[in-house]
Amino acid sequence: MWTLAGRALAPWAAGAARLLPPCSRHVAALEPGATRRPFSTAELKEKPDMSRFPAEDIRNFSIIAHVDHGKSTLADRLLELTGTIDKTKKNQQVLDKLQVERERGITVKAQTATLFYSFKGKQYLLNLIDTPGHVDFSYEVSRSLSACQGVLLVVDANEIDLKNADPERVEKQIEKVFDIPSDECIKISAKLGTNVDSVLQAVIERIPPPKVHRENPLRALVFDSTFDQYRGVIANIALFDGVVSKGDKIVSAHTKKTYEVNEVGILNPNEQPTHKLYAGQVGFLIAGMKDVTEAQIGDTLYLHNHPVEPLPGFKSAKPMVFAGVYPVDQSEYNNLKSAIEKLTLNDSSVTVHRDSSLALGAGWRLGFLGLLHMEVFNQRLEQEYNASVILTTPTVPYKAVLSSAKLIKEYKEKEITIINPAQFPDKSKVTEYLEPVVLGTVVTPTEYTGKIMALCQARRATQENMIFIDENRVMLKYLFPLNEIVVDFYDSLKSLSSGYASFDYEDAGYQTAELIKMDILLNGNIVEELVTVVHKEKAYTVGKTICERLKDSLPRQLFEIVIQAAVGSKVIARETVKAYRKNVLAKCYGGDITRKMKLLKRQAEGKKKLRKIGNIEIPKDTFIKVLKTQPNK
Amino acid sequence: MVPSRVRIGRWVAAARAAQKRPRVDGLGQPRRSESASTRAALYVHWPYCEKRCSYCNFNKYIPRGVEEGALRNCLVTEAQTLLRLSGVQRVDSVFFGGGTPSLASPHTLAAVLEAVAQEAHLPADSEVTLEANPTSAPGSRLAAFGAAGINRLSIGLQSLDDTELQMLGRTHSARDALRTLAEARRLFPGRVSVDLMLGLPAQKVEPWLQQLQKLLDHCDDHLSLYQLTLERGTSLFAQVQQGTLPAPDPDLAAEMYQQGRTILRDAGFRQYEVSNFARNGALSTHNRTYWQCGQYLGIGPGAHGQFVPRGAGGHTREARIQTLEPDNWMKEVMLFGHGTRKCVALSKLELLEEVLAMGLRTDVGVTHQHWQQFEPQLTLWDVFGASREVKELLARSLLLLDHRGLRCSWEGLAVLDSLLLILLPQLQEAWQQHRTPSPVSGG
Repeated sequence: MWTLAGRALAPWAAGAARLLPPCSRHVAALEPGATRRPFSTAELKEKPDMSRFPAEDIRNFSIIAHVDHGKSTLADRLLELTGTIDKTKKNQQVLDKLQVERERGITVKAQTATLFYSFKGKQYLLNLIDTPGHVDFSYEVSRSLSACQGVLLVVDANEIDLKNADPERVEKQIEKVFDIPSDECIKISAKLGTNVDSVLQAVIERIPPPKVHRENPLRALVFDSTFDQYRGVIANIALFDGVVSKGDKIVSAHTKKTYEVNEVGILNPNEQPTHKLYAGQVGFLIAGMKDVTEAQIGDTLYLHNHPVEPLPGFKSAKPMVFAGVYPVDQSEYNNLKSAIEKLTLNDSSVTVHRDSSLALGAGWRLGFLGLLHMEVFNQRLEQEYNASVILTTPTVPYKAVLSSAKLIKEYKEKEITIINPAQFPDKSKVTEYLEPVVLGTVVTPTEYTGKIMALCQARRATQENMIFIDENRVMLKYLFPLNEIVVDFYDSLKSLSSGYASFDYEDAGYQTAELIKMDILLNGNIVEELVTVVHKEKAYTVGKTICERLKDSLPRQLFEIVIQAAVGSKVIARETVKAYRKNVLAKCYGGDITRKMKLLKRQAEGKKKLRKIGNIEIPKDTFIKVLKTQPNK
Repeated sequence: MVPSRVRIGRWVAAARAAQKRPRVDGLGQPRRSESASTRAALYVHWPYCEKRCSYCNFNKYIPRGVEEGALRNCLVTEAQTLLRLSGVQRVDSVFFGGGTPSLASPHTLAAVLEAVAQEAHLPADSEVTLEANPTSAPGSRLAAFGAAGINRLSIGLQSLDDTELQMLGRTHSARDALRTLAEARRLFPGRVSVDLMLGLPAQKVEPWLQQLQKLLDHCDDHLSLYQLTLERGTSLFAQVQQGTLPAPDPDLAAEMYQQGRTILRDAGFRQYEVSNFARNGALSTHNRTYWQCGQYLGIGPGAHGQFVPRGAGGHTREARIQTLEPDNWMKEVMLFGHGTRKCVALSKLELLEEVLAMGLRTDVGVTHQHWQQFEPQLTLWDVFGASREVKELLARSLLLLDHRGLRCSWEGLAVLDSLLLILLPQLQEAWQQHRTPSPVSGG
């Protein structure tokens, strides 16, 4: 769940038509004539003088909403209303720039827009800080929110594709869950633009201005960063104190590196250079940083020789989910390498380790903030860089507390993190194993509670609490081992609740776990790439699944293949692939010979490339089918 | 096309007399009286069919009025050209395949045979086979083919189940099939072969075995069992892809094959090749040429041939393919005397690979004697004797390597394509080592 900073407002999104005044009246009243616009297009091309906006005329806010509740649509309307973007254009999710964001209806990369808005004869600077829309990015969200003094909470009262639309009930829920009185809710339709102007007025009236001081030395929060191949790192900053301008020497509190500022400006939503940025304002800064890791989210920037207390809450990005990434064809290795390099330039939260597999060749083991982050990264590799990628089943970072002095010396620490199952240390050398856990929150209509509780139990989750939001809805909190939810938990939850249950989670540290290493054997020989770390309770289920997948995808051979899953010397699951009984071309006469010889030689050539385990030949396809993420299984 | 116009040539008359004489079983004992390079088999492709069968991806066309006279002239011309080019002096067998060559007029077949007999020695007892589809009234037509010089029939019976025949897109019924078979046996006693397919979509083992049993009651001395291969581009393939027909079950097909070959063995048939069975010595000598890597000429649209163009002074064996499309092929034959579209010289290694892959399809396999004709220096022992993988195949009784040569066991024959994936790379490796002997160190 979101922790809300400052006061929250609760506008209605896409409210039922019957609750709203006629749209035409509102739209007409809101039509921003040229005279009402704070800046004409021509003016915007000049560098705006930002000193005109003291802190009391600034509002920094964010929009918080459940996935697909219309946050980006509301942002579009706000941008149009303030003349930031042209209204005549067909604006759809203007701030969602990535193809994957528009396709999935989610925000992956936070975007910020500065809006100029006149209210009661005064011009205000409204900074809309659009946050990523998924729990995977909760740290980024928390940093973005720390730059805000208030948020808009968007609650969809009429999910038009579901049958349970009931605005009154939603109003009561908001009161119950967030303690927001129903008279503070603004009922709007972002889709139609109805009542959106009152949202801006409420932002000015109800959200306090930032408490900052222009006279103090510079203290700026980095809340996002992107990479531009010509200009280097572009950091999005919020000024808590002071002023920054071109030519200033600044220092990163985290890296202690010094940079000279080349450019500052506001995001409009595209970069618009300004002479300076002042306390309370939000904008961008370019200072010759060559790598996004130099502008980490949550870092504080200050003036050289004027050190300040860094802003609280800084953490380095911590990957929660790891997966192997390999090119489909090894000849594509370099292309994929360059694609990963380019993408990680913009996303410092992805960790990259070189890895190699006997079956899949050279590749990488990448760490992601969460499963969605991983999927989005993969999709971006494919869509933006046209890379064909094999993505292996994600694993979580287990830990082992070492007991063997020799190993401690080798690793130089007592507690090690294992991101690759092949490196899992033997139980005899370990005091205990630890697995990452998360606190998961499920909100569901009450009729699905039983099924969901059974699902959570099957996933080794322990219940923390259970709150009845109203007579129809319940909120369940469970402590989940992370590896139980990384692959298919969300799909299972959605399918057993007909899509109604929602799920969020947050990091909750580590817990002791009975972890074991499971081997997969083919005719008695271990297949290294299929070594898996599992919880003792899950060994049978996981072993059985892998054996079944292997059975389905291993081609028949001249010999029978016995597939086994084993823990130590104990076999826990077994399947067999029968030997070929017939494999010979039926008709082979004059006209068939050339074709048959070509085919045989091609097959013989392909055979040389197969991974051999004992006398079993395993095509790459088989490994892919067994290793890769299977959302439906 | 009018029978009275068929000139019964000298060769045809002699052949008809020879048909009465008993045959000699020659498989595995190639006659060595003449050099192999002056002999060949001849394949003649008739490219037309009445209707497209649902499983067939051969080079065939549904004609809109065939100018048979022109096609006949072209077949004759191409036969003459290629016989001269190859320098072949003796043609051991002729096979009219297709398409549906039984749609051709007997006169056309006779004209080709006469042309061959004029250009080279075509012994009167040469095997001359025609592929024929069952029809409702086969009698007079089959007799006319016999009069034209055909002395062996291969009947595309395929199934004795009318539903299956319909699925296969055949124009005949099971009744037509048996009637045609009976008529063929009357006219060509001891020289009739039938094809039976197995592994069809939805086909079950028991009913198929019953078909085979029934066929045994009616058939002659030669039988071919063909497992259906779903070929891309056929309507059967599309129907299976779309799910309107179930995919054939490979396990059931394997079961049919194993039980089928056992039944035939018990009935006195010799399985002399993967899909071919004969009793009373009725083996096809034409097909033997393919499996023994003898020379063969191919005439007609899309026909394949392999021979040394000795007539043009060549010394290297070539794989040749004629132009596929009948009209273009005819134009080329009229312009150049032949319609060869593609001609690829075979290296020594490629030829050895074929000797191996084709020879192992037969029950005699690749004899040492046979191998030596193609490769006098490197023996089968040299190539395969030391290989660990081959030893494993020998140990598992899938393959035999002994004083006779290299051959598949009963079980091994059914999985030959898998065995070849081990044997071919081994041959390549041995060949490379043989060509570049490692320098003797020391001294």
